[in-house]
Amino acid sequence: MNKIGEIVASTSTEFTAECYELHALPALGSLVKVTAPSVEIFGIVCQSGTAGIEPGRHPVARGKDETSEEAVYQSSPQLMKLLRSEFQVLVVGHRIDGKIYQYLPSKPAHIHAFVQVCNPDEIKQFSQSFDFLSIMLNNRLQIPTEELVAASLREMSKAQTDPYAFLIAAGKSLTVIFSGEYQRLKTILARLKQ
Amino acid sequence: METQPNQNLGIVVTGSVEKGTEVRLDSSASVEDMVVGRYVTIEGKKRRFFGMVTDISLGVTDEQITISPPDTSDTFTAAILEGTATYGTLHVLPMLTIGGDVTAVSEGPQPVKTVPSHFSRVKLASEADMETVFGKEDNSRFFIGNPLDMETKLCLNLEELVKRSNGIFGKSGTGKTFLTRLLLIGMLQKSKATNLIFDMHNEYGWAGSFEGGKGGVKALKQLFPSKVAVFTLDEENSRHRGVSTDFVVRIGYDEIEPEDIGLLRQTLNLTEQAVEAVYQLKRHFGKGWMQKTLDISDAADVEALLQGMNIHESSFANLKRGLATIRRLPFLVAHAQVNAVESILEYLDRGINVVLEFGRHRDITTYMLVANMLARRIYQRYQEKTEVAMAGKVTPPTPLVITIEEAHKFLNHDIANQTIFGEIAREMRKYNVTLLVIDQRPSAIDEEIMSQLGTKITCLLDNERDIDSVLAGVNGKNDLKTVLARLAPKQQALIFGHAVPMPVAFRPRDWGTAKSYEEFDKGGSSEKKAEKDIKELFE
Repeated sequence: MNKIGEIVASTSTEFTAECYELHALPALGSLVKVTAPSVEIFGIVCQSGTAGIEPGRHPVARGKDETSEEAVYQSSPQLMKLLRSEFQVLVVGHRIDGKIYQYLPSKPAHIHAFVQVCNPDEIKQFSQSFDFLSIMLNNRLQIPTEELVAASLREMSKAQTDPYAFLIAAGKSLTVIFSGEYQRLKTILARLKQ
Repeated sequence: METQPNQNLGIVVTGSVEKGTEVRLDSSASVEDMVVGRYVTIEGKKRRFFGMVTDISLGVTDEQITISPPDTSDTFTAAILEGTATYGTLHVLPMLTIGGDVTAVSEGPQPVKTVPSHFSRVKLASEADMETVFGKEDNSRFFIGNPLDMETKLCLNLEELVKRSNGIFGKSGTGKTFLTRLLLIGMLQKSKATNLIFDMHNEYGWAGSFEGGKGGVKALKQLFPSKVAVFTLDEENSRHRGVSTDFVVRIGYDEIEPEDIGLLRQTLNLTEQAVEAVYQLKRHFGKGWMQKTLDISDAADVEALLQGMNIHESSFANLKRGLATIRRLPFLVAHAQVNAVESILEYLDRGINVVLEFGRHRDITTYMLVANMLARRIYQRYQEKTEVAMAGKVTPPTPLVITIEEAHKFLNHDIANQTIFGEIAREMRKYNVTLLVIDQRPSAIDEEIMSQLGTKITCLLDNERDIDSVLAGVNGKNDLKTVLARLAPKQQALIFGHAVPMPVAFRPRDWGTAKSYEEFDKGGSSEKKAEKDIKELFE
């Protein structure tokens, strides 16, 4: 099992996970999944970052006399324990008995559930429909929606046999969703271009 | 990608019985492959509809796209927008429908009284669909051409066609003569009617000219020698052209009647009073009025005559000048030995079609005088015969179709009431005589007459008034206007009216090649001479 972290906060619409390795964050917009009893929850990485473990203690600059970033961590090995990488995931669907539903599951993921990056086959299966796009567009996110939509589609296209055709199909779905909002559509399409 | 019959074109999105339906084109069908005038079928839930594409347009979901369209080099965005935010729409005018149940299918296509439901699939009409609507080539149906961009044979029910007066219209050079020749051949082969053709330009009898081609094409007499007789007004000219004529028409002065002069008022530049004088002179002199009027030259005689009849001197001078113009026509003689009308009738009674060639006398005065004179007498005879037949004594005469060119000269608003053609058009088939009018200015023809025409075939017209007058009273007029205005300048025509279940734009069948002649021969009764001709062509 290719787990990258585990959930530290969870709601129906999104969850936060901490990486096991510092800086080993999944790509923005990548599809991840959490296995819960009888259901697999799919989400899209919508925000990620690294900070100190204690909210009050701000990291300080340490590399003035070092030659590289790696050397900073080598000379202060405690940093690996004092810092942590976290990412937020927007829940976009779930799978029950092998069938994918692109809407929210009935229950949120458990705390400490393992988070995995989906493999290409799972991505292909999930991306057969573009209904998940409307979940992304209807959530208030810290990150601009256009950025996230474009990033997730770009990530998904990597798993397809014909990425260009996939992006065209995705673009057509977006056109329907954004009918009447041509400028926003254009912004996303500009970010989809390979 | 070329569109194939039965390929899905799109779905119905809006519509009304009056205005037709809007069809949103599938992204798989290219708007550039669509053509106005094409036939489509709409698969409704309960019935199928046949319709014609009358307009094609481009649509956008967002006006912004038209203001800031994607860069031309940006094929990615263009590919995404195509078929979604930008799309093609077809305006389809449903014309016929076939219901789903068994009785409805056996009844055949019916006029449309409703619209297909939302999201009904639209397909290009297949050959089988067209056959359902227009029927197969058979004993009464004549193959006149192919619907635009289709291989299907468009067949016209000529039995039905000849029951009413018909019209062929189009600008000059668009193929009216060609179409007429085709239709005449059809009538000759497939209908029981006989034809009398006033052939102004010598196109229908022996050989016709062929625009853009070398030499001429065969006309009726060459193809059906035993069924066609060529009459001529100008024997010398016919001989020069190598036409074997059956009869040389001579008209006696004594056959000209006051009505004939009245008709020529405009062309001869006669005054009202002069025309009025003709009637008085006829009463005074009787049958030989024209000869006697022209013979009076002595001033004293003239004065005596005029005083007795209360005719003004200037009117008489005006009339004499006009009559002198007519007298100069070489085919007019003091007294004709053989009556042309009787000869024509004799041929027509035998079921032989008559083409009257005008030779060099192509001016409109001659044409009007002769056509009107002969037609009047022939029509009178048909009237008499029909009335006798109505009394139950004999069979009614064979239906007669009279073909006239430059029809607006006979049928314009001012004189339509005076010419016999106006009467024939209005009375329709009551006396078994109908008209085939050929004209390039339909707007000049009297409205009442236009409305009496059963089937109209029109080539390209570009004058707004002409288009309006041809399409007056037709269902979906505005839609057909688009189709009519976009016909190719040659070899394309639109047919609508009584003889066809729905309007159709078509390309007339080939004419002028050995193969085309052979096909005509196959379609009708075999003519030995025509067969021989064809064999010679192949040897």
